[in-house]
Formats: sequence, C-alpha cells, structure tokens
Amino acid sequence: MWRGLQVLLTLAACASLTGVLAAAVLSAAGSPPPSKLAEQLAASLGRSGVENPVTAVLLNFRSYDTLLEIGVLVIAAMAGISLARTRSLEDPELRSADTLLHALLRWFIPLMLLLAAYLLWAGGDRPGGAFQAGAVLAATGVLMRLGGLPMDFVRPGLLLRLGLVLGFAVFLLVAIAGAMAGEAFLAYPPGTAGGLILAIEVVLTLSIGMILLALFVAAPVINEHEPEEGTGS
Amino acid sequence: MNQLLMAGLLFTPLAWAALCLLLDFRRGCWLSWLGMLIQVLVSLSLWFAVASSGGFFYALAGWEAPLGIALRVDGLAVTFVLLTAAVATACGLHAGVYLDARKPWQRYFWPLFWFLWAGLNGVWLGADVFNLYVGLELISLAAVGLVALGGEAAALRAALRYLFAALLGSLAYLLGVALLYGRFGTLSLAGIDGLLEGRDPAAAVAVMLMLAGLALKTALFPLHGWLPPAHGIAKSPVSALLSGLVVKASFYIAARLWLELGDRLGSQLLAQGIGMLGAAAVVWGSWLAFRQTHLKQVVAYSSVAQIGYLFLLFPLSYAVAEPVSLLAQQGITLQVISHALAKAAMFLAAGNLILSVRSNRVDALGGVSHFLPFSLFSFGLAGVSLMGLPPTGGFAAKWLLLQASLASGQWWWVAVLLLGGVLAAAYVFRIYRATFAEDSDSDDFFHPPKSMEAIPMILALLALGLGLVAEPVLSVLALPFEVPVDVAAVAVQP
Amino acid sequence: MSPELVYALAGVGLCGIGVSGFLLLSHLLRRLLAFNLIGSGTFLVLVGLAQHRGVPDPVPQALVLTGIVVAIAATALAVVLIRRYFHLTGRTSLAEDGDGRS
Repeated sequence: MWRGLQVLLTLAACASLTGVLAAAVLSAAGSPPPSKLAEQLAASLGRSGVENPVTAVLLNFRSYDTLLEIGVLVIAAMAGISLARTRSLEDPELRSADTLLHALLRWFIPLMLLLAAYLLWAGGDRPGGAFQAGAVLAATGVLMRLGGLPMDFVRPGLLLRLGLVLGFAVFLLVAIAGAMAGEAFLAYPPGTAGGLILAIEVVLTLSIGMILLALFVAAPVINEHEPEEGTGS
Repeated sequence: MNQLLMAGLLFTPLAWAALCLLLDFRRGCWLSWLGMLIQVLVSLSLWFAVASSGGFFYALAGWEAPLGIALRVDGLAVTFVLLTAAVATACGLHAGVYLDARKPWQRYFWPLFWFLWAGLNGVWLGADVFNLYVGLELISLAAVGLVALGGEAAALRAALRYLFAALLGSLAYLLGVALLYGRFGTLSLAGIDGLLEGRDPAAAVAVMLMLAGLALKTALFPLHGWLPPAHGIAKSPVSALLSGLVVKASFYIAARLWLELGDRLGSQLLAQGIGMLGAAAVVWGSWLAFRQTHLKQVVAYSSVAQIGYLFLLFPLSYAVAEPVSLLAQQGITLQVISHALAKAAMFLAAGNLILSVRSNRVDALGGVSHFLPFSLFSFGLAGVSLMGLPPTGGFAAKWLLLQASLASGQWWWVAVLLLGGVLAAAYVFRIYRATFAEDSDSDDFFHPPKSMEAIPMILALLALGLGLVAEPVLSVLALPFEVPVDVAAVAVQP
Repeated sequence: MSPELVYALAGVGLCGIGVSGFLLLSHLLRRLLAFNLIGSGTFLVLVGLAQHRGVPDPVPQALVLTGIVVAIAATALAVVLIRRYFHLTGRTSLAEDGDGRS
C-alpha cells in the first residue's frame, strides 16, 4: 500500500512536470521570432566549403562541439575495452549458428560498405555525413559478428587503439594546423575548407565505425583483479 | 600571443589523450609529465596575459558567436584554468606512483585523465550553452570511466549510480537548452542575456530545469546520494580529482547562469530555497562524515558538506546591492579554490595513510601518527582550511561570505557558516584521535615513497597560503572585459 | 498548431514517461531505456520547437546529431558497466539499500 502511494505520487509529479514543460513549449512558441541566426548562416554558407548546411554547422561553424563529441565516443570505447570481462571472441557459444545469415553476408557486406561510402560522399550537399556512414559501417561489423565471421581486427591491441584514435587525431591535427597558420584553433586556412572537411569525414567514418563495433564486440576475459584500496593484499 | 596560448591550451590535453592511448601506463606517465609541464606553463601565461590586459572572447574556428562558438576568457575562467592545472598536475604525479602499472587496464588511465582535463578547461572557458553540455558529458563519462577502471562489483555499483545521476542531470540541462534555443534562437549565453527582458515563462522553466540538473551533478542535498560511494571507492588520486574539480564544473555553470540570467528569471523564494538546501547539506554532510567508519567515506561526506557552502551564492547574489553581490562572488570563488586544493590534499593524504596501514577503516589508523607524520600533517592542514581557520583560503572565503550575509541583512547564513566550521573540526579531530590511539602493538606499517607524501603537503600549503595571496587572485576577477560587436547587434531587434 | 509543435509536445510527453520510468523501475536495463526515452524526447523538443514556424533550421538538426552520438556513447558505457556488474554479481538492479533513485 505504501508502495502504491509512492507510485501514485511519482506519477502525479511526473504528470505535473510534463504539464509545466508543455506550457513552457507553448509559451516559447508563442513569442516573437528569435534572433537572425538562420540568415547569418545562409549568408556564410558559401564560405564554409560544403553545400549541406548541417554538415557546415557540424564541421565548420560548430566544429569544436564535434571535436569534443568524438572525444566522448573515444572515452566510451576505452571504458568498454577496459571493462569488458565477458567471454572470449572465440567462444563457440557466442558465435552464431545461423548459416542463412552467414550465406547472405556475401551479399550484405559489399552492399552495406557501398552504402556507407555513398552516405559519406553525399554528406557534402545532401543529408548524410561521417556519423551516418560510420553507423552503417558499425552495423556491417555487427552483422559479420552475428554471422560468425572471424574479426581479429577488434581484438584489443595496438591496431584497435590506433583505429579508435585515428579520426580524432586527424581532426585535432587539422585544428592545430589552422592555429599554426595564424588563425584561431579549428579554423580552416582559406580555400581549403572543402578538402579538409572531406578528409576529416573519411577518417572519422572509419573511427566511428570501429568505436561502435568495439563497444558491441566482447573483449577477451581479463583475469586480473584489483581489490579495493585498503582491503586484501 | 593570446591566439597561440589559447590554441595551446585547447590542443594539449586532447593531443596527449590521443597519444597516451597508444602507450602503456609507464610511458604514458613520462609523456604526461611533459604534458603537465606544458599545461601549467600555458595556464600561467594565459593568467598573466588576462591579468595585465583584460579578458576577451575567443572565436573558435574563426566564426563569431552566435554563428560559431566563442570562448569567454575572463578573470574567473583563467583562474579556474590555473587551479585545474595545479590540482590535476598534483593528482597526476601522485597517480603515477600510486597506481599499479602492471594491471592491463591501467593504460587507459592517462587518456581518461587528459580527456577529463580537456573537458574541465572547456567548461571554465565556455560561453555557449550547448558547448557546455558537451563539455559536461566529456567530464562525466571520463570521471565514470576513471571510477570504474579495473574495479570490482562495489566500484561498478558506485560507477553505475554516478553514471545514472550524471546522465539525468545532463538530460535535464539539455532540455533547458532546447527550450532556450526555441525561445531565443541563439546558443550564446551573452546573446540570451541580451535578448531576455523581464519575466519570461519559457526561459524561467528552462533555467530552473538547468539548475536542477546541475544541482544533481554537483550533489546538492538531497540529491547527493551518488557522491559518497563514487568518491569513496575510486582510487585516491581519482577521488581527489573528482571532489576537487569535477563537482565544481557543474556548479560553475549554474553560477554563470544565475549571475547572468537570475536577476530577471529568479525569485526570492528560489534563491532562499537553494540557500536552505546548501545549509542542510553543510549540517547533514558534516554529521554523516562524523559517523563514517571508513576514512575515505569521511572525506567524501565532507565534500557533500563543503559543496553546501557553494550554494550560498544564490541567496547572497539575488536582489542585493552590487558590492554585496561582488563580495559573495569573491567569497565563493575563494571557497571553490581553497576547497579544491584542500580536498585534493586530503584525499591524497588519505590514500597514503590507507596504503600505510593496509586498511581503509578509521579505527585501523592507530599508531600511524608516529610513523607517517608528514601525511597526517597534510591531512590536518587541509582540515584546517575546511574548518575555516586563519590564514587559510577557507577562512578568507568564509570571511567574505560573512560580510556579504551581514551587509545584505541575511544574518541567518552566519549561523550556517560558523556551525559548518565547528562540525568540520569535529570530524577532522575524530580522525586525529584515531591516529593517536595506541591500542595495537603492531609495527607493521608500509612507508610510501617520499614523493607521494610531498604532493599532498604542497597542496595543503597552497590552501593554507591562499588566504595571504587572496588579494591579487581576486583582483583578476574585477578586470575589464570586452563586449564583442556581434552581441550588441543581436540584441538590437528591428 | 503546426506539425513541428506537435512533435515538440510529443517530446515533452516522452520526457515525462521517461522520468517516471526512471524513478519507478529498478531493473538497470529498463532504467537505461527510460533514459533513452528522455533523450529522444529532448531531441524532439529541440528540433520541433526551433522549427515550428516551418522554416528548416540546420543548427538544431546538427545539435541533435551531436546529442545522439553523445547519448550513444553514454548508453554504451552504461551497458558495458551493467554487463560486467551482472557478470560479477548476478544482479540486475542497484536496489541493495532499497532506494530506486539515483
């Protein structure tokens, strides 16, 4: 009964929270039009190096957010590799016995890789870009894993860590190159924006695919353990 | 020159994170010494640059706000950047010796450390509400990763609790950002400040959401449940970083929001309510610290208590005269700096003590006063700063807050400040009493290396001396700050 | 009321459901799913409210892309922690001391 009362109170509180939020949304919608950000953006789009405004915002105007967000992904991947204490990649129980999937993979994998490449290329002037392509790459890897294909390149080691950090490192190098040339951090030297953005997107795609895949695939068992401070040996 | 310094400040932690990911713990440690040296030099140079020529907006990627992201490099920001450099260097040096290099997961310590540092710098310098969100997430995930690194079930529980609290806080903040952008169409804090006129229901709800989320991330009473397990169970250098710097990041954003937008969106009820929660945190946290049986839990609950002081900024800067608000801001700034130094010293010293007696219980500390006086002395000095005795930074901070309370007629906070000092004395002296106990004849103490003992002592001495150098530190806060042309243009609506 | 505003209000509803789910449930995976609901609701508010006049605005769309990636990273980290916690203790909830809150 006490639990029932708790549930009811919580639901009532959440309902009132929802009501307050809805009122705020409607109030914000009813206010006069906000500042002229969209016009500034349209005016500057030509100098950004790409035609798709979302890609321009992500990789030129607000590229610092994107840089930090890749950092967040790398952190999650690191935590994933360092913590995973489940069974080995080679454990037969974890391999899929789905022969149909295994057979279909020879059609799926090339198509999905092609789709990823298309999404990456299309990001320049229509919806698409590094994140979408990276997600499709990761999905390809997941299918391979489920179909039972061996995946040595995601075994924790120097190669995996290199793959994880490559996109981030290239982005960072381009960022500091702009600063060395006398401009601000992350500024592209004039005229090179389009080419640099494409280069960054290519390595980002590979890295993002690898990060998402590494988060999905289990790492081998780590038999070491470390007792809490002050307890045990 | 400023351009180069800013680029170096932003580039170094991220680059070192990428490099250390490719190395193991030992080599990462040597490389990180170089990185820490570079960061300290850059932070110092930037502090002096701002102290001599005033603050400025730094437009990242060459685009001015609101189209791009601008960083606000003012006196407060560079002071905290310098503080981060000092505390993070100390914790990093301590960790290099303290942590076991042979464990396979330890190689991820340095990348996580450097990402944490990068996120902290991003928050101190941030002026764009969405950029602050990404910075907060960077900090939270790196911190959770550090808490859970190589941990057993108890560490995983603490890490999960921490992660859930951090995520809930971040999402509340993001919802506030969504409402603010929908209402004002700009993400720059200065731009929103310029467009806001008087009471605005959408903006008020948004700011309250953001404050609630940030209060959860700062472990304000009663949302503090996640902090003691996480800070108590992490390795000592990690706990020092978390208590010293990470919880301050979300508070910093809350303070910025309140100081810029609170005069129009806040209310006396809200301000006093937050102050009351802070007061409750001081009393409740100190009481629980007194009753803990594990040494690091005492220090962790002490963090909960000290965080309560920070939230006295809200009632002391709302609807009060300008000089009183400035006093309160200065007091809180000193409190943040002295608490960061003192708490880091306390956690590092506690780590040395635990290593020495091979137990993390308070009652197992008997006899360590003979054997490890240096670390115990650092612990005590840090405790003196927490109690607020002169000439420490804690005293200077409390003095300023007392003046602000009396000048604004809110004399009830005086009671909180004084009571908090007494309660802090109670739990610090309890630890000391335990170390002087001679009930066991065992001589079985492990002596940590000298370098590990020197580091908390240096931090504690810094906290001690902060009261003496408070004047020049605080003068940086009152420096002139340029107002960029585009902010004025955004504010002028046809 | 434009369609985008309906999205925004639906996002608000999702947030409400997510918060109540987070507070009331104790199974770790379900609480994580509740988080994702809150996140999706927030993204809906972000794009719906900012574009409710029908003019497409690339900034909130880019913000949501960033937000989705950050949410994925956080969710993945949580899942890894939960998996290891389950592997070590066999438990699926944190409710050892009876409280379901953070």
